Amino acid sequence: MLGNLKPLLTPLMASSSSLLSLGWVDSLIIIIYFAFVLGIGYYLLRFTKTGEDFFMAGRDMTMWIAGLSFVAANLGSLELMGWAASAYQYGILATHWYWIGAIPAMLFLGIIMMPFYYISKTHSVPGYLKLRFGEGASMLSATSFGFMTVFMSGINMYSMAIVMKVVLGWDIHFSIWVSSITVLVYVVLGGLLSAIFNEVLQFMLIWLGALMIPIIGLIETGGWSGMVARIQQNFPGGDYTHLWRTMGSFQDNPMGIHWTGIVFGLGAIISFAYWTTDFLVVQRVLTAKDLRSAKMAPIIGAGFKMMVPFIVILPGLLGLAVVMPKLVPENMVSAANPHSYNEVLPLMLARYAGPGLLGLGVTALIAGFMSGMAGNVSAFATVWTYDIYRPIHVKLTKKEESDSYYVKIGRWCTVLGVLVSIGTAYMVQQFASIMDYVQALFSFFLAPLFGTVILGMLWKRATKAGGFWGLFAGMFSSVGMWAWVKLDPSALKIIALSEYAKDMAENMYRGLWCFLIVVIVTVVVSLFTEPKPEKELVGLVRGCTELPSEGHLPIWRRPIFWASIVLTVFIVLNILFW
Amino acid sequence: MIGGKGISIWFFIGSLLLLYGIIITIANVVEMVSPSVDKQPVLHELNFGVWWGILLLIIGSVYFFSFRPWKKK
Repeated sequence: MLGNLKPLLTPLMASSSSLLSLGWVDSLIIIIYFAFVLGIGYYLLRFTKTGEDFFMAGRDMTMWIAGLSFVAANLGSLELMGWAASAYQYGILATHWYWIGAIPAMLFLGIIMMPFYYISKTHSVPGYLKLRFGEGASMLSATSFGFMTVFMSGINMYSMAIVMKVVLGWDIHFSIWVSSITVLVYVVLGGLLSAIFNEVLQFMLIWLGALMIPIIGLIETGGWSGMVARIQQNFPGGDYTHLWRTMGSFQDNPMGIHWTGIVFGLGAIISFAYWTTDFLVVQRVLTAKDLRSAKMAPIIGAGFKMMVPFIVILPGLLGLAVVMPKLVPENMVSAANPHSYNEVLPLMLARYAGPGLLGLGVTALIAGFMSGMAGNVSAFATVWTYDIYRPIHVKLTKKEESDSYYVKIGRWCTVLGVLVSIGTAYMVQQFASIMDYVQALFSFFLAPLFGTVILGMLWKRATKAGGFWGLFAGMFSSVGMWAWVKLDPSALKIIALSEYAKDMAENMYRGLWCFLIVVIVTVVVSLFTEPKPEKELVGLVRGCTELPSEGHLPIWRRPIFWASIVLTVFIVLNILFW
Repeated sequence: MIGGKGISIWFFIGSLLLLYGIIITIANVVEMVSPSVDKQPVLHELNFGVWWGILLLIIGSVYFFSFRPWKKK
């Protein structure tokens, strides 16, 4: 039987120039994974008959499934490899993106925002904006989100194909087509339900495939203190293991960022924008079977997100302790230093993984990529069908179509989303600079969107015109600030408050300023325009909506109790690694 | 499980982990008994692959049997 598998495995076998070399057991592990996800998609076809099934997974998910899917949709393989590389480069500072850059926002989503998303029965974030601010704000956010999502999906696909080529020697076209066709088949068959089921499966695989690295690494170095001692020996004078101690000034840390940028830019704006308004992740929580599950899902997600640094950041730190010769930036790779930071995770995998475990680790990387892509494609299909196609179709034809019609459109949108992603991947191959522009553009839209959604939920005086013009001004100013720095680099000291600020710091401060612009414009325009009557804001705005009481529940079943526990652990971890 | 019908997601996860556990345990026991001539991973003397395979077997079995579709309710 294994002999017959050989021709199938040929493209999977690494060439001699790749970082890792797979044996037949490793390849078998990968092939079984592909067969499983396709099988799940086929099985779930029978459960996706209506629009609610296809686009919202029947709104029947338990808090655990919604919570794991919520965090898995964000746990892409590029994120795993990229942040492990950042940990090697910047040390434990990279953990800020997992802790202060995620946990408070996820808890805020669960406790404060989720009731309004859930009670309004919206199918998407643009759908909420339509109910709250009308079609203008909804269309603006839906079109920007729809296009950017599939473009980002294509960029991730291309980046992943490059990673697979470097790490395993796989052909770029093979990686792009096999992974996208697999995602296409299982999302077309089972819709969001299939995407969510596979995300939970992929989440388990990512943990079980990556967790072995920190365990064996800590055994090798003699625990945390042994690892810190080795890092100090390898990099004398550098501080790689303290989270906040070096954040007092821009020059004291390798990220070139001040604590105000991390706390107010990343912690208060960028992370809240991503975790509370990026429909890719919010869609997962909207599938919960009841309000308590919808509130608990982000809290469960936050608990797991807090642990992710153990499989992402710790391998990077262990790399600082044990990998010799030292890893260098991509442009300094030479015969003496043959590997770059970006290769730290596969290098650690190759260092510790024996037969089968290597396949499991590579499967974890592939699973991470596929869960990210399925998330993008399923979110695109929902937003495109419900928030763009449907209103335009109804306006043009003056009639509402049946539910099954929209399911059919959703399936075609999935195909379209995958094809555009593949097209983007090939476009990026020709014009690499597109990658920087699209990534920057994507970040432009989330911070303003957060400003609009949060004002809509918490301030009943915000009007339709205020919402639209606030969002428009925020997006426009974000693009403007980015273009200003591109054209005149000296503008950096105005935008990011320091000429020493690096790209990450610039993004943090740009997010902060455009959020403030959204708030100011929305407030000013709203005060000069007519608000909606309060009865039309029921279920959408705090103060106009009666939220179901949780007083009858025992304390350990209340979301606020679990949110407090997660928050306490978050504070303790920050103090421990201060 | 969807609307109380069908096979639970945890059963699928259990099946996959169980299968992986069997494959990885066998492959690493074989490797332990007759090591290959290829470069060995660091700390290979701990036989980590065998332990990890057994861990997958245990986790997979728990999910597989707890959420089996033929379980009497």
